[in-house]
Amino acid sequence: MPLLEARDVYGGYGGMNILNGVNMTLEADEIGVIVGPNGAGKSTMLKAIFGLLIVTQGEILLRGEPIHNLAPHRLVHQGMGFVPQEHNVFPSLTVKENLQMGAFLKPGNVKRMLKQIYDFFPPLYDKRHQPAGELSGGQRQMVAMGRALMAEPSVLLLDEPTAGLSPLFMNEIFAQVKQVNAAGVGILMVEQNAKQALAIADKGFVLAAGQNRFTDTGAALLADPEVARSFLGG
Amino acid sequence: MNELVFFINNVIVAGSVTGSIYAIGAVGVTLVFSIMRFAHFAHADMMTFGAFMVLLLTLAFPGAGAFLGLPTAVVMLPLAMVLTAGLAVGIDKVFYKPLRAHGVKPIVMVIASLGVTLMLQGLIRVFAGTSGENLYVDDRKEIFRLALPFESVRAPIVVTEPQIILFVLTIICIVGLHLFLSRSRLGKAMRAMSDNPDLARASGINNNLIVAVTWVIVGGLAAIAGTLLSLDVTFKPDLSFFLLLPIFAAAIVGGVGHPYGAIAGGFLVGFAETLAVFNWGVLLRPFRDSLPEWLANAGNLAFVGSEYKIVVPFFILVAILVWRPTGIFKGKVI
Repeated sequence: MPLLEARDVYGGYGGMNILNGVNMTLEADEIGVIVGPNGAGKSTMLKAIFGLLIVTQGEILLRGEPIHNLAPHRLVHQGMGFVPQEHNVFPSLTVKENLQMGAFLKPGNVKRMLKQIYDFFPPLYDKRHQPAGELSGGQRQMVAMGRALMAEPSVLLLDEPTAGLSPLFMNEIFAQVKQVNAAGVGILMVEQNAKQALAIADKGFVLAAGQNRFTDTGAALLADPEVARSFLGG
Repeated sequence: MNELVFFINNVIVAGSVTGSIYAIGAVGVTLVFSIMRFAHFAHADMMTFGAFMVLLLTLAFPGAGAFLGLPTAVVMLPLAMVLTAGLAVGIDKVFYKPLRAHGVKPIVMVIASLGVTLMLQGLIRVFAGTSGENLYVDDRKEIFRLALPFESVRAPIVVTEPQIILFVLTIICIVGLHLFLSRSRLGKAMRAMSDNPDLARASGINNNLIVAVTWVIVGGLAAIAGTLLSLDVTFKPDLSFFLLLPIFAAAIVGGVGHPYGAIAGGFLVGFAETLAVFNWGVLLRPFRDSLPEWLANAGNLAFVGSEYKIVVPFFILVAILVWRPTGIFKGKVI
């Protein structure tokens, strides 16, 4: 049974559909990457999965259980983590408090998971008593991912984790995404830096106008001349 | 030296009393704003309601205090806090929650809270009448006179028992609030929701739970502030309504949505009020001989007459809004 499955999903804001029948399948140990031009519905798809907008048609399954239109805090309970693109930390809370909030529903896990997150993201340990709002963009992204991982999700949704980061930090974040995945967390992420993202992806979903245009392994999409021409900038 | 004692009695003690009440009131206003993002005008009458609950309970069980060696009003305070917290949660459920569910603008919530304040005031008046009632039902207010160990000082420092209770309760409130917000899971979740409600939801924090917790705390604090106020003076149905302005001034001065700022703002406004009506001429008296005649013979050297005390928070409010709208602690702008 796939970890996450979307079947013919339609949805959007205020009666206007942005998603016009999206299909996705992600296995438990995979990294899935959603790429596509601006306005294709990439971030909207992540939000639809995380219950932040109404799915009008189709269904989304987590381990075979329908989850569409469940409230986000229910989804966290069922093992889903979401890292928004912007405003993804609590700026006035310290790094440690940000991480603790991630495990709000599982307070018994806090100690063990904190240790694990500090192992994943060593810079966070040194900054643990500093307000997250004072960190650099890259470190903030680590806090954001760390916060979502604190709840021990089985699948993590990342909305453009490298947006606005310098190439150096970008590579670091991609490396950390791979590391998190290796620890057994399924990843579904939206990325603007399509080439780098597809290079680490098991599955790639190229969306355009709210529909799948190409769906294949990351390597196959990178090698496809048509995908390269239309979506990867030659 | 007598003049110094006069200063301590009239400014340090009186300012701390006013400041404590403003501080606890302003914390309530600021907490509501930080979680629900609207200016809650019914806070002052929630304070009166809390004091009224204490009054009813002290009238019902007048002997309870003597039993424990404390004023009855203080013994009844925890129960009144629970009742006021219940009222706050109930008001939210009936009046504010449906509006929130409709996604109304903050100004609609403000107007609704004005309606609630008028309703509360009317209800309290129906049951309590319009005259003043003494909340201090025990024998007499005990008055402590601390004589200073100097020959020349005749006047003692005067502190009443309710004032000492007020200082102790204020310290307990501030320390308790600090520990709650910085150590407890729910307190941190409140700060998280104040920072970023969407992310709080994405972390699995149930916003409705946090809203309810906020109202419980706000109600409890309102009961404390109202009771402290009516212990210091007497209980009246319009007791705290006139405190609305200084309390909002305190919350805004401190930085709206910032609990520590509200405490600082409360004391700042409280002391500003007492300093403004203090007769500075008293302090000049010892130097009378060396002062120019016009200054030595000036009668009252207060900045404003005590009947104009209420303009002081107004002035502070306007000054803050003009020069530093985010307040001392960089809060949000109302």
